[in-house]
Amino acid sequence: MKLLDVKNLKKYFPLDTGLFAYLFTKERRVVRAVDDVSFFIRKGEVLGLAGESGCGKTTTGRLALRLLDPTAGEVLYRGQPLFEFSKEEMRKMRENMQVIFQDPFASLNPRMRIGESIGHPLAIHSNQRTSEVRDHTLEIMEKVGMSPASFLYDKYPHQLSGGQRQRVVIARALITNPDFVVADEPIAMADVSVSAMILELMVKLKEEFDLTYLFITHDLATCKYICDRIAIMYLGKIMEIGPLEAVFKHPVHPYTVSLLAAVPVPDPKFKRKHAIPKGEIPSAIDPPSGCRFHPRCDFAIDECSKVIPELLEVDPDHWVACPVMGRGSTIMS
Amino acid sequence: MQENILEIENLDVQFPIHIGTVRAVENVSLNLKKGEVMGLVGESGCGKSTLGFSIIRMLRPPGRISGGRINYHDEDILKMNEQDILAIRGKRIAMIFQDPLTSLNPLFRIGHQFVETIQTHENGVSKKLALEKAGAMLERLGIAQDRLFEYPHQMSGGMRQRIMIGMGLILNPDLLIADEPTTALDVIVEAQFLDLLNELRADFNLTILLISHNLGIVAQMADRITVMYGGRIAETGLSGDVFAHPMHPYTQGLLASIPNIQLEQPELKTMPGAPPDLVDPPQGCVFNPRCPQVMDICKNKNPELGRTTGHRAACWLYT
Repeated sequence: MKLLDVKNLKKYFPLDTGLFAYLFTKERRVVRAVDDVSFFIRKGEVLGLAGESGCGKTTTGRLALRLLDPTAGEVLYRGQPLFEFSKEEMRKMRENMQVIFQDPFASLNPRMRIGESIGHPLAIHSNQRTSEVRDHTLEIMEKVGMSPASFLYDKYPHQLSGGQRQRVVIARALITNPDFVVADEPIAMADVSVSAMILELMVKLKEEFDLTYLFITHDLATCKYICDRIAIMYLGKIMEIGPLEAVFKHPVHPYTVSLLAAVPVPDPKFKRKHAIPKGEIPSAIDPPSGCRFHPRCDFAIDECSKVIPELLEVDPDHWVACPVMGRGSTIMS
Repeated sequence: MQENILEIENLDVQFPIHIGTVRAVENVSLNLKKGEVMGLVGESGCGKSTLGFSIIRMLRPPGRISGGRINYHDEDILKMNEQDILAIRGKRIAMIFQDPLTSLNPLFRIGHQFVETIQTHENGVSKKLALEKAGAMLERLGIAQDRLFEYPHQMSGGMRQRIMIGMGLILNPDLLIADEPTTALDVIVEAQFLDLLNELRADFNLTILLISHNLGIVAQMADRITVMYGGRIAETGLSGDVFAHPMHPYTQGLLASIPNIQLEQPELKTMPGAPPDLVDPPQGCVFNPRCPQVMDICKNKNPELGRTTGHRAACWLYT
């Protein structure tokens, strides 16, 4: 069953927003942060959304929760169109859809005791009494490995380590018993030993709470330990999406191939198999025509600069937006 | 046998703060041989950056070096007067940092910043000549010469980091300290930068101290590796040896907890506990509260790293 179905989602952020620009510029410039992105997430699975800075992965995550309104496109949550909900209906939905942000320093109120922070969503979404909220909070704190919970309940964020703080953020996301959690770079700030712990915790909690994750990351290596499927984004578009093992073992899109090849491998004997593309990501204000990757691609043909490639199914469930590498495959309807 | 260009002996660095003294670096000894890349790895707060800053005597207050020696070409950097250290810092020993945006001055054009660097250290170089040198350096780094007349904000992150290394190398230093040089970069740009660093290393006959928390990039760059934990050296050795046969339980735990993109690699293992409080470090070995192989002696006596050359660990398992 598709828990979340994203269809032709677009988000353009306007530049030139001042009065002067409003009066005197004819053409409105926009940043095409997300440009016609479609994907779905099945219930109970973890979809990784990976790409470099500025590829639109965080914007996509925010749109999936309707923390942002799109320029065009729709998001179906259990078949219901998310962007057509009223404010009140959306508020009820938020109980089921939660988010974990990258920076546990910025996402906790320094003046709230962590117990209050964790229980806060429950206090808003349910009409439980304060003592019940507290009991629930203590229970969930134990589940995310914060024990003794009653001792840590009254601490302030600055009294905790980075790893503990990230546990607080996770506990807060899970206290309303959601189905769907967007985790936006949950371990990017953590040290190696801490990030391994957080990953392990997220996998454990997924089973325990029957969760579905959208796992947003720039670090492909961590995807291996948590994701079932992975989508690779570049300049606002999905380049390749498929089962993790298929994408890692047999990447098809030239961008995926070079992205995977660039990941440093902790083994001194390891030698890189593919060349690293030259140049850097072009601007999302004026992106290349056709395939966004064609100016840096070794396999580009004439067509690549003219036609925006569609996602082609190269193997069951494995889709690639490349007319050269994906040739002979069926087009996604 | 290559000569040592840098010899650090029994270095102690402390930060007196209101609740006590942070022993950021304790009794660290380390040699750098000419032409090698030494990877210095460890997690946040293990003292690796502090060690880097100590070498060029740029510790931020209240940090102070409370003991030990740092011999650079057989001269003790810690005994030098301000004049002498100025002649070395930036000219003979260059350092590049994690974030090129905060290391470059946003108000001046790139060219101006190159000229300033050159004229500070080399008397009587004309602005024209300095700009020519800077232009040649940019070409070497794969950046068009006319970029000299642009400001840092006009460049991408990868380009800024290349400018930083260019500025570091323009005076032909023999030692480069690179403190997390690629942490702010995306993977593809990171790989490009590391390839460039490898080329420059050969061109300039550089010795590099590569400080990083990322064992992946250290594995690809370093000839030798030193692992730090809690301000002390846990293990040191040739990088092939350390990765293939880690001796110290901390190194073993660290290696088992790094995500590896290769599918055939085993599952992640996690290390329980958290790094030590360096104001009040544990008795004996600093790693003992987290160590899976802890023995009685570990809780009482601090293990020494030993003075032999080659692969060795500061751990009671091996003494």
